Amino acid sequence: MNQALGSDSISYTRRAMDALRLDPVLLSLLIILALFGSMVLYSASGSDQAIVIRQMTRIVVALILMIAIANIPLRMIRKISIWLYLAGVAMLVAVMFFGEVGKGAQRWLDLGVLRFQPSEILKLAVPMIVATYLANRVLPVGLKELVVSSILVLIPVLLIARQPDLGTAILVGSAGFFVLFLAGVRWRVMISLGVLMSLMAPILWKFALHDYQRNRILTLLDPESDPLGSGYHIIQSKIAIGSGGVYGKGWLNGTQSQLDFIPERSTDFIFSVFGEEFGFFGSVVLILIYLAIIFRGLYIAAHSTENFGRLLAGALSLTFFVYLFVNTGMVAGMLPVVGVPLPLISYGGTSMVTLMMGFGLIMSIRSAKRFLV
Amino acid sequence: MSKREQLKDDFLENRLIRRRLVLSAIFTVILLSLVLGRLYVLQIVEHEHFSTLSDSNRVRIKALPPTRGLIFDRHGVVMANNLPAYRLEIVPEQVEDLDSTLLQLKQYIDYTEQDLKRFKQSSKRRRPFESIPLRLNLRDEEVARLAVNLHRFEGVEINARLTRNYPQGAHAVHALGYVSRIDERDLSEVSEVEYAGSTHIGKLGLEKFYEHELHGSVGVQQVEVNARGRTLRVLNESPPVQGNNLHLTIDSRLQKVAEEAFAEYTGAAVAINPNNGEILALVSMPIFDPNLFVNGISYDNYNALRDSIKRPLFNRALSGQYPPGSTSKPFYGLAGLEGAITTVEKDVYCIGYYKLPNEPRRYRDWKKQGHGHMDLNNAITQSCDVYFYDLAYRMGIDRMSEFLAKFGFGVKTGVDSTSERNGLLPSREWKRRAEGMPWFPGETLITGIGQGALLVTPLQLANSTAAFSVKGQRYQPHLVKSVEKVPEYNLIDIASRVAGRYELQSEKNWQHVHDAMVNVVHGLRGTAHRISQGMEYRAAGKTGTAQVFEIAQDEEYDEETVAEKLRDHALFISYAPADAPQIAVAVIVENGGHGSSVAAPIARRIMDAYLLEES
Repeated sequence: MNQALGSDSISYTRRAMDALRLDPVLLSLLIILALFGSMVLYSASGSDQAIVIRQMTRIVVALILMIAIANIPLRMIRKISIWLYLAGVAMLVAVMFFGEVGKGAQRWLDLGVLRFQPSEILKLAVPMIVATYLANRVLPVGLKELVVSSILVLIPVLLIARQPDLGTAILVGSAGFFVLFLAGVRWRVMISLGVLMSLMAPILWKFALHDYQRNRILTLLDPESDPLGSGYHIIQSKIAIGSGGVYGKGWLNGTQSQLDFIPERSTDFIFSVFGEEFGFFGSVVLILIYLAIIFRGLYIAAHSTENFGRLLAGALSLTFFVYLFVNTGMVAGMLPVVGVPLPLISYGGTSMVTLMMGFGLIMSIRSAKRFLV
Repeated sequence: MSKREQLKDDFLENRLIRRRLVLSAIFTVILLSLVLGRLYVLQIVEHEHFSTLSDSNRVRIKALPPTRGLIFDRHGVVMANNLPAYRLEIVPEQVEDLDSTLLQLKQYIDYTEQDLKRFKQSSKRRRPFESIPLRLNLRDEEVARLAVNLHRFEGVEINARLTRNYPQGAHAVHALGYVSRIDERDLSEVSEVEYAGSTHIGKLGLEKFYEHELHGSVGVQQVEVNARGRTLRVLNESPPVQGNNLHLTIDSRLQKVAEEAFAEYTGAAVAINPNNGEILALVSMPIFDPNLFVNGISYDNYNALRDSIKRPLFNRALSGQYPPGSTSKPFYGLAGLEGAITTVEKDVYCIGYYKLPNEPRRYRDWKKQGHGHMDLNNAITQSCDVYFYDLAYRMGIDRMSEFLAKFGFGVKTGVDSTSERNGLLPSREWKRRAEGMPWFPGETLITGIGQGALLVTPLQLANSTAAFSVKGQRYQPHLVKSVEKVPEYNLIDIASRVAGRYELQSEKNWQHVHDAMVNVVHGLRGTAHRISQGMEYRAAGKTGTAQVFEIAQDEEYDEETVAEKLRDHALFISYAPADAPQIAVAVIVENGGHGSSVAAPIARRIMDAYLLEES
C-alpha cells in the first residue's frame, strides 16, 4: 500500500516534469547546487542576508526563464538562432559606441528600462548559430563549413575581447569551438591550426603588441609578479584554500574569508571561501556535483535524435565545464586571472540567468526526442 | 569515397558526434582531476605552511612609495628636494571605533574638514591594514603633545616620511610648479598600482609635466604581521626605485635677480638663450610659496592667494596673453622689407594721426604732434605709429599674419610645462569663425601696431625675439636641460629642437631692422635710450605699450587720472650682445605705463646679471 502510494507520487512527479518538459535529474542537480551556493554566499558576504535574498530571487527568476525556454519547440529555437545572433552582434557594436563604461571596460548597454551586457546573449547565440548552420551539412565538417563557422565565432569574440572582457570572450569562443569539435573537425586540421597558432604567437608578440600590452599579458600569466594588483588576490586565495585542510574550518568559520583578506570573495573568488570552510573533502563533493551536471548534459546530447540537438546540448555542457575549470584553476593559482565566475555560485545576476537559459535549451533538446519517438 | 561523403548518413554522423562527446567527457575528467590535484597539494600537502600563514595571520603586501626625483638649476642649486616630515597616520583595521578616535584625536592635533574628507577617501581606496595619513607636516609641539598620549590610541601612528620641499621657497615657483595630495582625478590618469604607496603627485608646471620621470616606481614588501597588525618580519621585498632627477636650464641666480627687479610690479619676464632655446629665467610676478600646497593648503591661505587682486597663482609667463603693442614693429618692419612692400628709403610723413581713404576716423599716433619725416629706421627707433599704420594698410592682414606665424606667433611654443596658451594671431578666417564678422580695414591698422585682437604670451614674445636675434632660427623653448636617470645617475641631455626656421630673402633686410633695434637702445632718440647709460655691451631692443582699454575718439589718455588697473601695460623685448646674441628677453609689466621707463630697466637688469655677473 505504502509502496504503491510511493510509486504513485513518483510517477506523479514524473508526469508533472514531462508536462513542463523538464529533466528531473538536471533540475535537481541545479537546485542542489544553487542552494549550496547560497549557503557559501552567506558566509562569503559576511552573513549578509540581503545579498543572499537578492541572489535567491535571481535563482527563481532564472529558473522561470529556464522553464520557459524548455517549452519552446526545438524547431523554433533553430529558427530564431540567426536573429538572436544578429541582434547580439548589433548590440555589441552599439556597446562599442554608446556603451557605459564600468570598471574600466565598456560592456553595458542601457536600454532605459534595463541595463545588460550584450556579450551574455552571444554565449547562447554563438553555439546556436553554428549548430544551426552545421546541422544540415554533411559531417565531418569540410573546409568551407570550417571557415564559415570560424567567421561566425570570431566576429563576436573579437568584439568582446576589445571591450575588453577576456573572460567572456573565452567562454563565447569556446562555445563556438565545441560545436565545431563535436561536428568532427578533423584532427589533422585542428593540429595544424594549433601548430600555426603557436608559430604565429611569437611573431605577434614581438611586432603586434605594445610594451604595456605585453606587460599586461605577462602579469596575467604570472600574477605573483604583480603583488599589489592581481597577485594579491592569488596569494591570499592560496592561503585561504590551503589553510582549509582536509575538512575545512567549517561554515562561517573561515578566518581568511571572514577577515576580508580575499578581495572579490563573493564574486569571482568565492571558491577560495568555499575551499577554506569546507576543505578538500568539500571541494571534491562540489566538483563531483558539477561533473554530474556536465555528464547529464553530455548524456542528453548523445541521446538526441538530430544533429542540431546533439551539437548544441554538447557544446553548452562543455561551456559550463569551461566556466568551472577556468574559475577553479584561477582561484587555485594555476591559471591566469580572468574574470570568469564560479557557475551558479558566484554572486551576480547576468551569468546566472544565461547559464540557466542554456540549461533550458538543453531540456528543450531532451524533450524534442520524445515527440519524435 | 568522395561520393559517400556528400551523402548525409545519420548513423555515421551520430557515431562521430558520440565519439567526440565521449572524448570530451574524458577531457573534462582529466582537467578536473588536475584541479583536484592542485587542491590536494594546497590543502593537504602544503596545508601546514598555509595554515601557519593563515593563523599567525597574516601576510600582508605593503606598497613602498619611491622617493621623488630632485630638481636642480643649471648650476646644481637644489630647487626641489625631499625632507622627512611627521605625519599622523591611522590604520583603520586596528581602530575599534574610528569616529570616536578621530574625535578624541582632535584634542591633540588640529585637522581640518578637508583633511578628514581626504582621509575617508583614501581609506576607501586602500586596504584596511594600510596606514592612511590624516594630517601631514606635524609641528614639533604637536608631535610632542600626541606622542605622550599615543598609547591611548590603538592604530594611530606618527611616522616620519619624506615630503617634497622647495628650499628656494617662492623663487621660480611658476617654472617649477608644485606637488600636492593625490585626488581621485589624478588617479584616473596614472597606474593605480604605481601610486599605491604615493600620497603626492605633480599638479602643475614641471612637477606635472615630468611626473613620469620624477615619480619613480613603487616597491613592494611582503610582511608578516601579528594579530594586532604589527610587522613581525619581512618575508620578501623589492625596494622602490627613486625617481629621476631633473637639471634645469633655469639659472636660479638670474631668476632671483629678475624677480627682484620687478619689485612691487606684477608682470612676467622670460629670458631665453637664442642659440638653443634654453629658458634661463621664467618669471611671473607676484610669486607664492609652493611649500604651502604640498601638505594641503589651508582654506585661509588658499583664499588669500586666490582672491588677491594681483592673482599670484596665475602663471603670466605661459598663460598670460597680452597685446604685444609696439614690440611687434620690428617683425612688421622686416615683413615689409622682405615682401618688398616698403624700402629702407621709403619716407612717410607723420602728422600725428593716420586716416584711411573714405573713412573719417583718425588713427592716432602716440605722439600727438607727429614725428614728421620717418623712414623705417626712425620709425622703429622712435616707435612711430603712423609709419606702421601705412605699412599695415599696404601689406594687408593676410601677409601680416602669415609673416608673424613664421616667428611663432599664435601657436604654443611647446615648452615642457603645463598651462601654456596659444596667444592669438588674427586673420580674416579667424574673425569669421570667432565672431561671424568680416574683417574691417581699420583692424588691419591697429593690428599693425600690435593692438586689437593680436595677443602673445610673454614666453612666445621672448621666443620670437630670440628667433629674430639669430636671423630666423626658432627653437622649441625648454626648461629641462637634462634628466639624470637613476640608478646609474647618467645624464641624458634633452636635445634642443628646432621649431621652425624663417629663410631671409636678404640678410640686409634683417641687418637694417636689427640696426634700428640697436638704435632703440643706443641711439639718442631711441625710446629705450635711458637704459644704455653705463651699459658694457651693446643690446638691441624695442619698447612697447599695450592698451588695456580703449580711449574714445575725442578723449585723451591721461596717465594721472586713469586708475592703476586700467593703465597701459609696459613691454620691452631685447637681445644682447647685439653682434652675437646670448640672451633674448621679453618683459611685460602690467599697468606699468610706458615700456621705456619700467619694462626696459628690468630687461637690462636681467641681461647685466647674465652677461656680466656670470656665476
